[in-house]
Amino acid sequence: MDKNISSKQILNDMISRHYKEALEAKKSGERVAWATSIVPQELLETMDIKVVYPENHAAVLGARKDAPAFLRNAENNGYSNDLCSYARVNIGYANLKESAAGNIPMPDFIFCCNNICNTVIKWYENLAREMRIPMILIDTPFNHTFDVPGHSVKYIREQFNHAIGQLEQITGKKFDHDRFKEVMKISAETARWWKKATALAAAQPSPFNGFDLFNYMAVIVCMRGKQEGLDLFKLWAEELQGKIDRGEGPWKDQPEKYRVMWDGIACWPHLADTSKILRKNGINLITSTYPDSWTIVYDSDDLDAMARAYSSNYANRNLAYGAGNIVQIVKDFSLDGIIYHSNRSCKLMDFRQYEVQRQVQEQTGVASVIFDGDQTDPGAFSLAQYETRIQALMEMMEQRRNERLSRR
Amino acid sequence: MFLGIDIGSSSSKAVIINAQLKILGKAVFNTGAGTQGPEKAVGAAFREAGISGEKIKFSVVTGYGRMTYDKADKQITEITCHARGAAHMIPSARTVIDIGGQDAKVIRLDKDGKVENFVMNEKCAAGTGRFLEVMARILDCSIGNLSSLSENASEEIIISNTCTVFAESEVISQLSSGAKRENVAQGAHKAVAKRVAGLGSRIGLAPDVVMTGGVALNKGVVAALEKETGQKITVVENPQIIGAIGAALYAWETASKLS
Ligand code: SF4
Repeated sequence: MDKNISSKQILNDMISRHYKEALEAKKSGERVAWATSIVPQELLETMDIKVVYPENHAAVLGARKDAPAFLRNAENNGYSNDLCSYARVNIGYANLKESAAGNIPMPDFIFCCNNICNTVIKWYENLAREMRIPMILIDTPFNHTFDVPGHSVKYIREQFNHAIGQLEQITGKKFDHDRFKEVMKISAETARWWKKATALAAAQPSPFNGFDLFNYMAVIVCMRGKQEGLDLFKLWAEELQGKIDRGEGPWKDQPEKYRVMWDGIACWPHLADTSKILRKNGINLITSTYPDSWTIVYDSDDLDAMARAYSSNYANRNLAYGAGNIVQIVKDFSLDGIIYHSNRSCKLMDFRQYEVQRQVQEQTGVASVIFDGDQTDPGAFSLAQYETRIQALMEMMEQRRNERLSRR
Repeated sequence: MFLGIDIGSSSSKAVIINAQLKILGKAVFNTGAGTQGPEKAVGAAFREAGISGEKIKFSVVTGYGRMTYDKADKQITEITCHARGAAHMIPSARTVIDIGGQDAKVIRLDKDGKVENFVMNEKCAAGTGRFLEVMARILDCSIGNLSSLSENASEEIIISNTCTVFAESEVISQLSSGAKRENVAQGAHKAVAKRVAGLGSRIGLAPDVVMTGGVALNKGVVAALEKETGQKITVVENPQIIGAIGAALYAWETASKLS
């Protein structure tokens, strides 16, 4: 990598190349898969199959303010307004196939894993049926126990083996187990560096600049099994370490006053507004539950460990884990506050949010606020309400800080 | 002298206090953000206090319209201001329920009267003053008379829709099938109370529970809330101006820190 180019530039370039290559591959007759965001992509990468991630694509359309046409199309075709807006955007896109904000090729098959939620099953089943294409499902049962139970590991591992057979059938190619080992190694290594880079945000002041996390996330979603992804995170970590060594905070023109985490997905259509309001109040968003979601780390060549890793995603684990995870984040990152996005789309994430907030507050005393929004539906968000809540959070953090100082 | 202004969605309030924290002037105007309401409220408060603008050392604006009001020295959210105002009036307050024109909030206070946590209604008119306005219109009664109308209720009516638009048509069909207006008025109060009690149970209602905001003047809602929550609810004197009082107190505090 050219040392003079920043990881941010490489990141943007990588993402646009990712989409371009997928479109070209499709044109030249290669098979393309649509996959959920935390799938065992190792299997696809081993078979050298081009993959696009509709959730990421929907986020891009949302951020570029092109989601409403697709949302409407899905609703006009009978999908409820209550359905996840990623699903609605993608279902609308599958129908319209053209967006000024960026295109993806139509899939030859679906590769779906329900470790993020169960909405994805019906969403993709419907598409697979309409397009008459195969769907491979990796079913990762929700972990009601704290750890992933042995029977689930076994069940998931057997599905990996079954999926390999399905992939061989779809592509007419043999699965190369040596290559698989290599991909597993790179993937786990990429995840380790993602974790390492995002953990650097803990420094005071944090070298993270607000919503950085959401930008770099695109690569951990789309390019986890590729050497370039690994190289990018190494470079990013290096840059962040450099900022830490120089004592640089997030902004040149103002200091970091408060440090918070964001629970849930960003409000893509309002990304600029939501981050501006944080900055206006001196609030730096330094982490979320995402760093851990993609820390899919396991010893290569160990299918059981890989199965366990894919089932261990935050969203697939019980309440004790969910609350404990955030309590740990509050400590590790020395947070002053938490912003919970009550996301109209994502029932799974909202379901336990109030209880998580209560438990975290009880255990850490950290200030927090819940606001209503949506990841891609611009209509389900009120900027004035968001601003009032964020400002109230700032006032609570200020009060607590003053109290701490006056006690000394 | 210190000035606090609270610009809500449907009314504007202003309060002037002196350094001994005594209220010298107060005013409420029933038009809110985006109107002449704030100016009128401030003007009326000045007249009541018998002073002119130069006497004001510091001013704080709060409420939904705080961002667009550029004549104050500082702006603070209505959450922090209502908490401050309520704790000032009733120091034993640990929970503040504030129902305004377009939102409802429940604020938990620590023993020093500082905000510990709060919840607000989702962006929806259910459980707010707006819901009551819509109900009053259908019942052809002024918002101020809704409470006395409900006192003569003889039978329990349940409005099951939380959505204001749905509730409107639900009530119209109840009226057309013979339901009494008094009973419907009481049903409306209960619907608001249910919704707000639900908000409250999310963060827990610790006593003393104090109610602020214009809807606190409606005895029917307060009674329904007491029934729903099983808690005694104290209505602060002049509930409408509590946010403005909190703002004035912050104006005083900020000015004392500066000098
Ligand atoms: S946003 Fe929530 S509901 Fe939608 S796909 Fe993601 S996890 Fe599933």
